[in-house]
Amino acid sequence: MTSSRSPWRRLQRNPAAVLSILILILVAFSAIFGPGFMPRGSGEVTRESFLPPSEAHFFGTDLNGRDLLFRVLIGARISLLVGLAGAFISFVVGIVYGMIAGYAGGRADSLMMRLVDILYAIPRLIFLLVLISALDPILRELMVGHGLQSLVGYSKIVILIFSLGLTEWLTMARIVRGQVLSLKSQQFVVAARSLGQTHRNIIFRHLLPNLVGVAIVYLTLTVPAVILDESFLSFLGVGIQAPLASWGLLLSDAAQVINPIKGYWWLLIFPAAAMSLTLLAMNFLGDGLRDAFDPRQRR
Amino acid sequence: MLRFIAKRTLGLIVILFCVVSITFFLVRLMPGGPFDRERKLPEHIEKQLLAKYKLDGPLLDQYFNYLKDILHGDLRLSTKYRSRSVNEILAGALPVSATLGGIAFCIATLGGVLLGTLAASRQHTWIDRTAMLSALIAISLPSFVIGPLLVLLLAITFPLLPVGGWGTARSLILPSITLAAPYTAYIARLTRGSMLEVLTQDYIRTARAKGLSENKVIYKHALRVAILPVVSFLGPLAANLLTGSIVVESIFSIPGAGGFFVNSVLNRDGFLLAGVVIVYCTLLVAFNLLVDVMYGFLDRRIAIYD
Repeated sequence: MTSSRSPWRRLQRNPAAVLSILILILVAFSAIFGPGFMPRGSGEVTRESFLPPSEAHFFGTDLNGRDLLFRVLIGARISLLVGLAGAFISFVVGIVYGMIAGYAGGRADSLMMRLVDILYAIPRLIFLLVLISALDPILRELMVGHGLQSLVGYSKIVILIFSLGLTEWLTMARIVRGQVLSLKSQQFVVAARSLGQTHRNIIFRHLLPNLVGVAIVYLTLTVPAVILDESFLSFLGVGIQAPLASWGLLLSDAAQVINPIKGYWWLLIFPAAAMSLTLLAMNFLGDGLRDAFDPRQRR
Repeated sequence: MLRFIAKRTLGLIVILFCVVSITFFLVRLMPGGPFDRERKLPEHIEKQLLAKYKLDGPLLDQYFNYLKDILHGDLRLSTKYRSRSVNEILAGALPVSATLGGIAFCIATLGGVLLGTLAASRQHTWIDRTAMLSALIAISLPSFVIGPLLVLLLAITFPLLPVGGWGTARSLILPSITLAAPYTAYIARLTRGSMLEVLTQDYIRTARAKGLSENKVIYKHALRVAILPVVSFLGPLAANLLTGSIVVESIFSIPGAGGFFVNSVLNRDGFLLAGVVIVYCTLLVAFNLLVDVMYGFLDRRIAIYD
């Protein structure tokens, strides 16, 4: 392995990671601009249900006669949005929590980490469901109260982002705390402290820049995890709801109509391919980033 | 050793207590009650129902009464499945989930460790690449895709196995593979990473220099240490698998306990929810304790018994 100083250089030498970046750019572009190029009314309910893939409908049509390609692209928008935003929330919460615990040390640290242990011991699914069913009516009321009736349909997306972000930060907090603990004992931090630098300076100038790399690597692995969780919730019927679409919702619709007599294979294959290609690329990229940032710990 | 176990068991009880308390209050603070219907119930009937299910009186009193009942092994009545006790419901469903989960647990640990070791010992060959690519695919696919795909392939296109159901050994194959797939992949990746690290160490070079066969070096000397990260993952794995998965159970129509995690929240069935959480949490902490004890046997350098 040739060692070069910049992690980005190392990343560029990893063909799987470069290919993943290209795939992700492609997916993002087609999700943002793709639906605009489709014929009008592609997302409307028609009588042409369960048409197999053809030239008119590349991915076929679903139960309600909607074009599946259109649904997959719209679903990509929501899945990607929820994944990115949810992972970002977990990133912020995890860093803040982990830094406070690690920097404060002592009793505060062990108390905060015991809380993380306890939260780990409750199945995440239950937390998610409780958060969703508690927050949903509150947000709806807020939206109606502020004259935002037109946005009520999207309230579920906001709820999902927050619920997933607020349940996914535990591992991030552990990683960040570990980093802070090991950085804190290193000489440059000890020196900064004995020179009488403020806590603010030490945290923002010395600790944060040194741990953000590790945190970002873990963030890239959190995005696919959140997308997977969202699809799981939509599958259970507590996530995104029609007429909106997410990959999870499309897959859940497909899983319901697949049976031995009628093999509507396209309903399952195309959303599954879109979703797994994206998640695969994200995981490859995350692995590549980890190797690039930490060449000692090769996996 | 005994002191260590006693100390950890005490910690177990503390965590269990916290989790039960959090769950109890979470459910009670959620909007909506277990007896909410389209049409509001007459007041006296609702009052009677609340009294029957011990949901009346001040919240703190309810909480302490509930703790008392749990200590007597009574998980109370389910508010959804009327007049059936949570103990009864769990006794019916948990063995089903545990059977399936136990098989999946064996597949995941044995398969994952073997695959990871194989990949690490043949690093940079096609075996390594294929194994790791398929592992990443298995991690990236949700189980509600893997399940129907397997059904589509092995039950519909080539009708070798039943589509679903419970009772015969053949009907166990597809669900246990579906359940085990992501965990097998995760363990394979974990094993490979730690194996690669171990293989660079001095004692491995010594073992090779002694003229031991490559198989003996890897499976007898390296694996013993490389397996440690996998061992520490076994606690959460066992708790997750043994309590069932709603997705796999609903795809293959298996009467297991996985669905209770979801439905009890949606039905505001607080005691059933608390029951499954107690089971899950007990398994989790107990297996973690077991794992810590195993750690000491596998690697004598780790002094955990302080």
